[in-house]
Amino acid sequence: MFEVIFLQFLNGLDKGAAYALIALGLTLVFGTLGVVNFAHGALFMLGAFCAVTVRMFLTMETVTLDPEKLSPWGAPLEVREPLVQAWLGDFGAVLVNYSVPVSIIITIPIMLLVGIALERGIIKHFYKRTHAEQILVTFGLAIVAQEVIKSVFGPNPIPQPMPTDLRGAADIGAFLGMQANVITYPVWRLIYFVFAGVVIGGVFAFLQFTTFGMVVRAGMADRETVGLLGINIDRRFTIMFGLAAVVAGMAGVMYTPLLPPNYHLGMDFLVLSFVVVVVGGMGSLPGAVAAGFLLGILQSFASMNQVKAIFPGIDQIIIYLVAVIILLVRPRGLMGRRGVMEA
Amino acid sequence: MTILKRGLSRRRVLQTGMAGIIGSGVAPLVFTKGAWAQEFCNNPTGDTVVFGLNLPLTGTYAEEGADEQKAYELAIAHINGEGDGGLVNVLTPTALKGNGILGKKVTYVSSDSQTKSDVARAGATRMIERDGAIMITGGSSSGEAIAVQGLCQEMGVIFMAGLTHSNDTTGKDKRRYGFRHFFNAYQSGIGLAPVLGQSYGNDRQAYHLTADYTWGWTQEESIKAATEALGWKTTAAVRTPLGATDYSQYLTPILNSGADVLILNHYGLDMVNSLTQAVQFGMRDRQANGKDFQIVTPLISELMAKGAGESVKGIFGTSNWHWNLQDPGSIAFTKSFGAAYGSPPSQAAHTAYVQALLYADAVERAGTFYPPEVIKALEGHEFDGMGNGKTLYRAEDHQCIKSVLVVQGNESPTSEFDVLNVVQEIDRDTVAYDPAIFGGDLGPAEPVPMCA
Repeated sequence: MFEVIFLQFLNGLDKGAAYALIALGLTLVFGTLGVVNFAHGALFMLGAFCAVTVRMFLTMETVTLDPEKLSPWGAPLEVREPLVQAWLGDFGAVLVNYSVPVSIIITIPIMLLVGIALERGIIKHFYKRTHAEQILVTFGLAIVAQEVIKSVFGPNPIPQPMPTDLRGAADIGAFLGMQANVITYPVWRLIYFVFAGVVIGGVFAFLQFTTFGMVVRAGMADRETVGLLGINIDRRFTIMFGLAAVVAGMAGVMYTPLLPPNYHLGMDFLVLSFVVVVVGGMGSLPGAVAAGFLLGILQSFASMNQVKAIFPGIDQIIIYLVAVIILLVRPRGLMGRRGVMEA
Repeated sequence: MTILKRGLSRRRVLQTGMAGIIGSGVAPLVFTKGAWAQEFCNNPTGDTVVFGLNLPLTGTYAEEGADEQKAYELAIAHINGEGDGGLVNVLTPTALKGNGILGKKVTYVSSDSQTKSDVARAGATRMIERDGAIMITGGSSSGEAIAVQGLCQEMGVIFMAGLTHSNDTTGKDKRRYGFRHFFNAYQSGIGLAPVLGQSYGNDRQAYHLTADYTWGWTQEESIKAATEALGWKTTAAVRTPLGATDYSQYLTPILNSGADVLILNHYGLDMVNSLTQAVQFGMRDRQANGKDFQIVTPLISELMAKGAGESVKGIFGTSNWHWNLQDPGSIAFTKSFGAAYGSPPSQAAHTAYVQALLYADAVERAGTFYPPEVIKALEGHEFDGMGNGKTLYRAEDHQCIKSVLVVQGNESPTSEFDVLNVVQEIDRDTVAYDPAIFGGDLGPAEPVPMCA
């Protein structure tokens, strides 16, 4: 039984990592700009499609016909030569194999630019509007992004293979000195969890230990006073919007081997992530992260056969059930700040 | 004289009389002529006839839907006498002349069913009422097939089902206006179980993950019955939502459940995802109960095998048809399809193509589009040359009875298409069964309902 619980716990951490990463970005935007950003899921999806695009370029091929060999329908057989491998040799093969991690390098500047353009082009005009209007415009943006991706890449999911060396499962039981082959878990899922930890830690460190982060935190607490000190807080908040887009994009890239991306990917995560933010407390970064992992773990345990035998279908509703209870008992969320969205 | 001048002249009498006759007798016939001719839904009156293609072009079964669309386009071209003729040349017996159906050229309209039953039903309704479809065909999900089949019965339009594998389609939900060429879950069980017993032994513990809708339920039931008859035990059977993407929460309980076989009652993208993730969880490298852990996919297609890549190697399943069969029908179809689209056809494409041809042939044999006559022409019809050997369209349940293939993921493929090997061809007598075991009632063919 211990093995089953431990494995479900790992599953929960894995799911929670994805929720926490998206919720972190949502909270960054809300905490700094005060904008309820329904386009944040679309940024996660755009990141995933950065990985798809990078792989498309890396796997470009030349096609020649071999008249000596025939296909089953009698046409000359197509011989395909990968271009990148032809140009770069073994290094090209490594690039193709590691296309998902390589995509991160390209995704960071792209998502930063997308985030800044979005904030400067549209979001900034809605700072002084109501939250309802912010939700409408960002939701509209999300739909536009979805439709653009759908028209370019088609409506169906595009699988992204993980690097061959990172396929398969790690024997965690043996690593912990237990019986071998009892507690095994996919390597890539462990990597995703570690990746999420590094990104979340990086964001917290950036806000906590840099002058830029200190100014942003000050601005989050009292925007007007920071502005009166002669600091251009708007520019820093724009960069924070870009940073949130980068976090969402990277989360999307690394998730592609686990879930083949399609245009609807962002919406699938967005609703859950908003629930995570509400449970964690609007505007609270530690709250978002803690609630992400908490809800991921709860959802995982709720999907155990033993639990479902007692409460059928509980795995489908557990997150919303917890959200309802938290809102009833602690309307501000787990770590919500006083006065945030409490008009 | 005055009176005569007023109207009793011979000419006046004749004019009035003719007007009376026309007014009281002939004119009503003229006005009702159309109504008599339109004695069934979408009776074609022009020189073309419309097929309604209801295809899942998005959603879990989208790959199958896209391949079906190609096959229908090819079938329509061949029925109209275009291209190389494909299976029109090898179907026996055949009444097809290569000039359309009863001299009318075939055209088509299509609708994306999104792998959703309600959308499929709405699409079929639109194609019948707005586009005048004489026949509806397509679908890659039994949920869609059953929903559309019921609608077609209500509207008096024949439904030639595409890929649908649930026992219910020609079982408890069978309809007089619905016909299925594809095999079913019960036949998968009959075909697959002996091969599983031979390869993995008779002492196994199976864990089922099952897509939670009609097809998954009946496949789980059939495979459980067939494997338990071998001596296998069923550890658990867990339902998963259609279109689920992350199976980790369903896979982890299997690892220490005592099971040594995982049976995936999934299809399309669901199967690609669940199989790939099961392999990522190390299931194919595990030992359980002193035996190598095995995965079985009772229904598998080339498209799914291609999507699953390395994960599918060595895995057993069943198929309706395979492009590498060497009978004249399979060779002809693979050649036509490959030349047109640059890839071999899938089993979904094959069944779609065959259904279109069988409908056209039945209309030609009946000599009319009147559905009850077409139904009579299909019921009990025996044919050959379509790639599955001699095939019977059974009158009792509208299920085609023909051979079934047991296939296995190819360990050493020679091309991107060479992903499945045919392990065994189970003859049609072995997979035939008493239609009464699944109950259901076909319902009447007449009176013919009117669609609008």
